[in-house]
Amino acid sequence: MIDLSIGEEYEALRKTVEEFAREEVAPVIGGFYEREEFPYDLIAKMGRMGLFGLPISEEYGGMGGDYFALCLALEELARVDSSVAITLEAGVSLGAMPVYRFGSASQKETWLPALCRGDRLAAFGLTEPGGGSDAGATKTTARLEGDAWVINGSKSFITNSGTDITSMVTVTAVTGQAEGGRKEISAIIVPSGTPGFGVEKKYSKVGWNASDTHGLSFSDCRVPEGNLLGERGRGYAQFLSILDEGRVAIAALSVGLAQGCVDESLRYAHEREAFGHNIGHYQAIQFKIAEMETRTHTARLSYYAAAAKMLRGEPFKKEAAIAKLVCSEAAMDNARDATQIFGGYGFMNEYPVGRFYRDAKILEIGEGTSEVQKMLIARHLGL
Amino acid sequence: MPNIVVLVKQVPDTYSERKLSDGDKTLDRDSADAVLDEINERAVEEALLIKEASEGEVTVLSVGPDRATEAIRKALSMGADKAIHVSDAALHGADVIQTAKVLAAAIGKVDGVDLVIAGNESTDGVAGAVPAILAELLGYPQLTHARKVTVEGSAIKVERETSDGITHLEANLPAVVSVGEKINEPRYPSFKGIMAAKKKPVETLTVADLGLSADEVGLASAWTQVLEASPKPPRQAGQKVADEGDGGVKVAEYLVSQKLI
Repeated sequence: MIDLSIGEEYEALRKTVEEFAREEVAPVIGGFYEREEFPYDLIAKMGRMGLFGLPISEEYGGMGGDYFALCLALEELARVDSSVAITLEAGVSLGAMPVYRFGSASQKETWLPALCRGDRLAAFGLTEPGGGSDAGATKTTARLEGDAWVINGSKSFITNSGTDITSMVTVTAVTGQAEGGRKEISAIIVPSGTPGFGVEKKYSKVGWNASDTHGLSFSDCRVPEGNLLGERGRGYAQFLSILDEGRVAIAALSVGLAQGCVDESLRYAHEREAFGHNIGHYQAIQFKIAEMETRTHTARLSYYAAAAKMLRGEPFKKEAAIAKLVCSEAAMDNARDATQIFGGYGFMNEYPVGRFYRDAKILEIGEGTSEVQKMLIARHLGL
Repeated sequence: MPNIVVLVKQVPDTYSERKLSDGDKTLDRDSADAVLDEINERAVEEALLIKEASEGEVTVLSVGPDRATEAIRKALSMGADKAIHVSDAALHGADVIQTAKVLAAAIGKVDGVDLVIAGNESTDGVAGAVPAILAELLGYPQLTHARKVTVEGSAIKVERETSDGITHLEANLPAVVSVGEKINEPRYPSFKGIMAAKKKPVETLTVADLGLSADEVGLASAWTQVLEASPKPPRQAGQKVADEGDGGVKVAEYLVSQKLI
């Protein structure tokens, strides 16, 4: 039969991150969330643990692990808090991975070591005010003038783009016209602080409040021609493959949030009394928690299955879409149920489940909405 | 380049419910998750800091059942170089003196030890006696309850914290140091460290391998034995003082009656 156990080293990593989340993140994150403040010290500690270099080879300062190791870390962090988890997710899978996968040797040497240490963060600028999932609708342009790209346009909802330690943003832009009149889209590295590269005011968000999200503007922003990432005109194909991996990572993060809801609800079911018993005594609560546990379990299996295919180097687009869909919905459903179990306290920001509720919704939207996942699955079935 | 031995112990996780077995009042190891004792993480961290400053080698030494390998692996994944694990059914119920004897014999197996670092007391037994007994058995100076350790050549300086103040100690190596809570913040193992730990050597020894006989160690010949254990009484509900204009006075009277002010 198939073996679903995750192996000793993965388990040791999972335990280490679990301990870190419980002892370092849980006691302080509520305050950062409420103040909408980026937790620099926690990010630095995660950097020292090597979390930002998990899937990157030791040659560039990484841990020599793989993408599944990153998924386990994301799951354990998100059990306690999604803001630090999404900072790691975006930093690695959207910030560092495009450079690692498509960069030249010199680009990798320039950017990756500091990113792997967590001393610096990178971001990925794809979404625009007029288009998210319809990435082909990119309006930002980059034209070659002499030996420089001149970039104009704007980007929306870019995670990690405006922290004090952000070193660069990879931006997708129209660089010409491909055959058949389609847009030629390329990816270009824009270092933080480049003249003409503006970081807008931080968004006021429903959730993920201790993470960093900005709109970006580019106005005659000039970067060297050598900042082109990968091949000219391959920008679209590149980010599609980055998004497939990212979906598995978001699925793992979603499972963490779903598990966090189970953890908190179980604890509360033992503690809270009503009508003479702990509320866990009542079937109404038991069934809710049983359903939450079931969703978490099945969701976890779906992302393990996608990750297994990805690590074997097999096509995993459909599995990634299924995992993203199932896990994000499990997170949202569990957050709603956990909040209900907590009653009035569930509506208070001082309890983690309130945070979980606010953090869950974006999971059904970011890295492709649930509808986009269904579209991908249907397309895979030949529809 | 000090050659350091760090003593580590696997203990029940303080987050889980801990209890003694009904029969012989020894630790019920199945009732709780087992972890590397937190004070030992600090001991390992201190050894690694000394090693990183002046090279050397760090050997982890643990006396405990087979499953203590998990605690040993954690110390190795933090960065220790190798380990010795003394595991023997005869050790069941060993007291602090017997444990120190076993540790001393195992340390004798390591060539050219300069420094032994331990936690000042474990979170399960809480005797706090092993480092001192071990120093006596080895004939090494003991610098216990350290909050700061400095190694300079063949000398070691330690700041010991007591309730009255700081005592500055100095000795020549080899020596035994025990560290307290304030010594450092232990690192979390990285994935690279976890992967590397798999390949590090762990030597497993029995009591006989150390030249000791089974009847010198273990519950039957222990100098101390737990006779009985009872859980702490549950916390009483607090006392309510209704403020009828004299609330402050009543609170003060209560504090005086408890000799708190």
